[in-house]
Amino acid sequence: MKEETTKGKLGDLLFFNLTRAFAALTLALLVGIVISLIWSALPSITTFGFGFLTSSEWNPPAERFGALVPMYGTIVTSLIALVIALPISFGIALFLTELSPTWLRRPLGIAIELLAGIPSIVYGIWGLLVFAPIFGQYVQPWIAKTLGQLPLIGPFFNGPALGIGILAAGIILAIMIIPFITSVMRDVFELTPPMLKESCYGLGGTTWEVVWKVVLPYTRVGVIGGVMLGLGRALGETMAVTFVIGNASLLSNFSLFMPGNSITSALANEFSEATPGLYTAALVELGLILFVITFIVLSLSKLLLLSLEKNSGGGH
Amino acid sequence: MNLRTQRKIINAIALVLSMSAMAFGLFWLVWILWMVIDLGVGALSFTLFTENTPPPGSAGGLKNAIVGSGIMVGLAMLLATPVAILAGIYLAEYGKRTVLGQVTRFVNDILLSAPSIVIGLFVYAIYVANVGKFSGMSGIVALALLVLPVVVRTTEDMLALVPNALREAAFALGAPKWKVILLITLRSAKTGVITGILLALARISGETAPLLFTALSNQFWSLDLSEPMANLPVTIYKFAMSPFADWQQLAWAGVFIITMGVLLLNILARVVFRQTKAQH
Repeated sequence: MKEETTKGKLGDLLFFNLTRAFAALTLALLVGIVISLIWSALPSITTFGFGFLTSSEWNPPAERFGALVPMYGTIVTSLIALVIALPISFGIALFLTELSPTWLRRPLGIAIELLAGIPSIVYGIWGLLVFAPIFGQYVQPWIAKTLGQLPLIGPFFNGPALGIGILAAGIILAIMIIPFITSVMRDVFELTPPMLKESCYGLGGTTWEVVWKVVLPYTRVGVIGGVMLGLGRALGETMAVTFVIGNASLLSNFSLFMPGNSITSALANEFSEATPGLYTAALVELGLILFVITFIVLSLSKLLLLSLEKNSGGGH
Repeated sequence: MNLRTQRKIINAIALVLSMSAMAFGLFWLVWILWMVIDLGVGALSFTLFTENTPPPGSAGGLKNAIVGSGIMVGLAMLLATPVAILAGIYLAEYGKRTVLGQVTRFVNDILLSAPSIVIGLFVYAIYVANVGKFSGMSGIVALALLVLPVVVRTTEDMLALVPNALREAAFALGAPKWKVILLITLRSAKTGVITGILLALARISGETAPLLFTALSNQFWSLDLSEPMANLPVTIYKFAMSPFADWQQLAWAGVFIITMGVLLLNILARVVFRQTKAQH
C-alpha cells in the first residue's frame, strides 16, 4: 500500500513536469520565432536602419531594399478586405442569430465555416484562373465608370482593367476572412442576455432596432475583437494574395487596379531564389515586420474578446 | 410618412440586406466548389496516381507529390500531437491560474492565427540555413509547428468541459492525479481531442506557404527526408502559375483532391464533435 502511494507520487511529479515542459515549449516557440527572425534580419537592419520602412526602392542587383511597397500592398489589401467583409459578416451573423429558421441555422453556419476550411491555394488558383478574367472583363470597367468618376476617390478606381491587382487581392481576402469575423460575431451575439433583447421587443422594437440598439452596443468589444482577428488573418494570408496581386514591386500611382506586391507575396516569390546575404536578410526583415504587426493586431483582438467574456462572466 | 412606417421600412431594408449578405457568402462557396469540381473532375485520371510529375509539355501524374504530402503531413502529426496534448493537459489541469499557464494560453492563441509563412521563415532560419539545403524534414517541422497550437487549444477546451465530479470520484478512490488525468479525464474528452486532431490535419493538408522555404518541391520520386520533397500544395502552386496547359490541368486535379480531402476532414470533425455533445 505504501509502495503504491510513493509510486503514485513519483508518477505525479514526473507527469506534472512533463506537461509543464511542453507548455513552456509552446511559449519558447514564440520567443524563438522573434529572436531567430531578428538574428537573421540583422544584416539588413544594421545596413538600412529605420530607412528600410520608408524607402520604396526594391533593387536586388544593387542590394538596395525598402519595405514601403510591400507594406503598402499588405495594408491596403487588408483594408479593402475589411471594408467589404465587415458589413457582410454583420449581415450573415444577424441572419444566423435572429432571422434564420432554427433548422437552417446549423447547416448555413457550417456552410460559412467551410469557406474558412478551403485551403488558401484553392482561393489562389480560382482567383487567378476563374475570378480575375471575369473581374477584369466585366466588373472593373463598370467600377471605373461609376466609382471612378467620383471626386476624391475616383483616382483609386481608374486604370487598365487587368483583372489581377490590388483590388482583386482585397476582394478575395474579403471572402476568406468573412467566415472568421462571422463566427466571432455570431458567438458574441449569442452572449447577449435574452432578457435584454426581450425588453426591447416588449417596448415594440423592430428586429433591426433590437440588433442595432441592444445587441450591438452590448457586444461591441467582442465585435471589434472579431474584426481584429479577421484583420490579422488578412495581413498574413499568403497564397491567395500571391496568385492575384500581380507581383510588381513598383508603386507608380495609387490606383487599386494596378498590380502590386505584399509582404507575403514578396516572400513567397523571391525567398527561395534570393542570394544569401543582404537580399535574404531584407526578406526576413519583411517577415519580421509582418509578424510584429500581426502580433499586435491579434493581441488586441484577444484582449478585447477576453474583456467581453469577463464582463458577461458568471452568466454561464 | 409617420414614424411607425419609417421604422418598419428601415427594418425591412435591414432584413433584406442581411439575407443578401447570407446569399453573398453562400454564392462564393458554391462558385468556388463548382469550379473546383467542374475543372477538377475533368482533369482526374488513373495516371495521376501512377506517374510522377512531368516536365513541361508532356503528360504525367502527381504520384510523387501525393506520396510526399502524405509522408510529411503524417510525420508532422505524429511529431506534434503528443506534445500538444501534453501541453493542453497542463493548461487545463495544472496551469489554469499559474502565470506560465496564462501566458502560454495567450501566446498559443496568437500562434493559432499567426501567418504560416512566418513559421516557414522561422524553420528556414533555424534549420535550413544551418544544414545548407531544403529538405523534407524541415517541411515536417514547419507543419508540426502549425499543428501544435490547434491541438493545444482544443485539448484544453475539451478537458475543461469534463465535469469535476468525475475527477473527484476518481480522487476519492485514491488514484494519483496523473492516473486520473490519463485514465479518466482525457478518456472522457477523447472524441473532442480527436476533433482537434482532425481539424489540425485539415489545416496542414492544404498549407503551402510554410513549405516554400523548407521542403521546397521535387520533380522526381524521392523518399529521402534530407532532400527536397515533392508535395501537393507547392506542386499546384508551381503548375498553376505556369503557362503550360498540361501543368494547369494537373494543378486542377491536385486542387480537386486537396479540396475534397480537406472538406471531408472538416465535416468528419464536426460529426465526431456532435457525438461528444450528444454524450454529455
